[in-house]
Amino acid sequence: MALISAKQITKEYQVGEVAVQALRGVSFEIEPASFVSFVGPSGSGKTTLLNLIGCLDKPTAGTLTVDGTDVASLERKASAAFRGKTIGFIFQDFNLLPVLTVYENIEYPLLMVQKVSPRERQERVTALLADVGMADQRDKRPDQISGGQKQRVAVARALVTSPKLVLADEPTANLDHDTAYMVINLMKKMRDEFKTTFIFSTHDQKIVGEAEIIFTLEDGKLNGEKNKGGNGHGQSL
Amino acid sequence: MGNLFKIAIRNLLRYKRRTLLTASLITVGVVFVLAFVSVAGTFKNMMIGQVTDSMIGHLQVHRKGFVASIETLPLNMNLKGGAIGKLEKILDAQPEIESYSPRIKLGGMFSNFTETSSIRITAIDPAREFKTVPLLPGRVMEGSKELKPGSILIPELLARGMKVKPGDAVVVVATNAEGSVNGKQFVVSGVMESATGPGGRDGYIHLDDARELLRLEDKQVSEYAIRLKDFGELAAFSKKIDGLLAKELNPQGKPIFEVHNWEKLSPFFNIARMIDLMTFFIKLMLIAIVLISIMNVMIMAVYERIREIGTIAAIGTLPGKILSMFVIEGFCMGVVGALIGDLVGIGIVWILNLFKISYNFGMQKGLVLQAGVSAADILMISATVIIVSVIASLQPAFKASRMEPIQALRHT
Repeated sequence: MALISAKQITKEYQVGEVAVQALRGVSFEIEPASFVSFVGPSGSGKTTLLNLIGCLDKPTAGTLTVDGTDVASLERKASAAFRGKTIGFIFQDFNLLPVLTVYENIEYPLLMVQKVSPRERQERVTALLADVGMADQRDKRPDQISGGQKQRVAVARALVTSPKLVLADEPTANLDHDTAYMVINLMKKMRDEFKTTFIFSTHDQKIVGEAEIIFTLEDGKLNGEKNKGGNGHGQSL
Repeated sequence: MGNLFKIAIRNLLRYKRRTLLTASLITVGVVFVLAFVSVAGTFKNMMIGQVTDSMIGHLQVHRKGFVASIETLPLNMNLKGGAIGKLEKILDAQPEIESYSPRIKLGGMFSNFTETSSIRITAIDPAREFKTVPLLPGRVMEGSKELKPGSILIPELLARGMKVKPGDAVVVVATNAEGSVNGKQFVVSGVMESATGPGGRDGYIHLDDARELLRLEDKQVSEYAIRLKDFGELAAFSKKIDGLLAKELNPQGKPIFEVHNWEKLSPFFNIARMIDLMTFFIKLMLIAIVLISIMNVMIMAVYERIREIGTIAAIGTLPGKILSMFVIEGFCMGVVGALIGDLVGIGIVWILNLFKISYNFGMQKGLVLQAGVSAADILMISATVIIVSVIASLQPAFKASRMEPIQALRHT
């Protein structure tokens, strides 16, 4: 069974008096444990699509199910609860909480979103800190670490709740080339370890090559899918 | 909850200067209110003590209609035989009463054999009177504090105006209820300091002398002054005794007695009410200061952290938790402001007392202010500040909790 199933999704925005179609009848399926990239130029609809999959927005038409749930039908509170349980997020600007340490940033979803016992919290956070190579930086604040380190912390934060899906919108856009590769490889390693589906958007052609399934978007339409093989698979419909 | 507090406190410390400024504003407000409440409250309580404990008593019972015509001190409105018996029986049965004192009020002429002036006199049983209004002996400035039959305590103004001093012989002439005039010679035993309020410029004689002067054949009383064991019970006791005495009717079926507590007898009550009103407005100003400063700082906090709000909302933080996070920030600022304000306020009250500030009240000169603030006042002011802080945080916190994560994340 597909983890994500999108059928004829359209998304329309109202900009002043003009209606802008960000997505025009997009359909695809993504299987669990896939490592997927949505590529396309700016304005092609990548971010819009990730927002819809991440339950941050609702499609204007079409159906979108994530882990068997019709995400368009979720109310505000249910949507937040669903995100907290099923989806991890990695942001372009890292979006770590500046008042929390590296350790506390990773721990945050377990404390505030899920109710996990202190012992389990400590085990999970410590293990992830080691996995992303940030164990020695655990007590530093975000302003005391580099961009690449921040994104590694963000990867750990996204994974700490053991979500089925991690969404990363342009996760390497603010990183230099080597660091970007390192982060993508880390994400891939985590996918292998936790069997979590990773979906990221990018317009960096070199990074795109690291994805196993690549969906290309242009003007809000899915223009093609390239499956390079790997653990999971996707399918444009 | 502990983690919400941890995040809230760290966010407050993130903007140290702003937090310090807001907390300082609240602190200053609390200090001003505490200082005002302590000074005004102490002044009020001291004056109430003076009025009740040196003249009026906590409450008084008269024959119905006496107070309405008190200016003329009508002897025909005195309580007599049967009524006195009934009243004293009722008063004796009340456990709330510490003591009560019967008085006869009369007007007369005061002569030092060369000059004559009018005088208002309260005739008392000294032992019972001094127990009911214990500060009365303290008003004797010169001479003896004792009041034996044949002696008179005269008010300071009369003594000064007529050049009379303790030990001098004087004559008091009075008209009784039947209209016959009688005089009696007294020895001035003491000169009394004047006090503000009804009875504050009265002379005092013994009840036995009043009966002789007025040629009263039976026992008569103009008023009963009553002192309660607990002044705080005054309102409840007034209501109770009023209810009990209302049942006592004359042959015409009308009430025999009337009860007035000090508030209805002394003009100082209006000053006390004005002090209460001023205190209320000062507290209202504190509420406004807290409300505006906390709301302002929380609106700024929400605006500055829109992307953070978007992030925590995106990763699944429920709206209620986001709301709590910001409300706790307001709560913490209120607590800090109130606590520091309480400490500084108590310090200022202590310093005020070191200076021994003196003031005059009416005819009373050189009263020393003993400022004090009760634990109840401190708790009430602190609770008000904290509750208002939480209320002021609610609107910005609610706005934060209702933010759409997608829009918040786009905010630059």
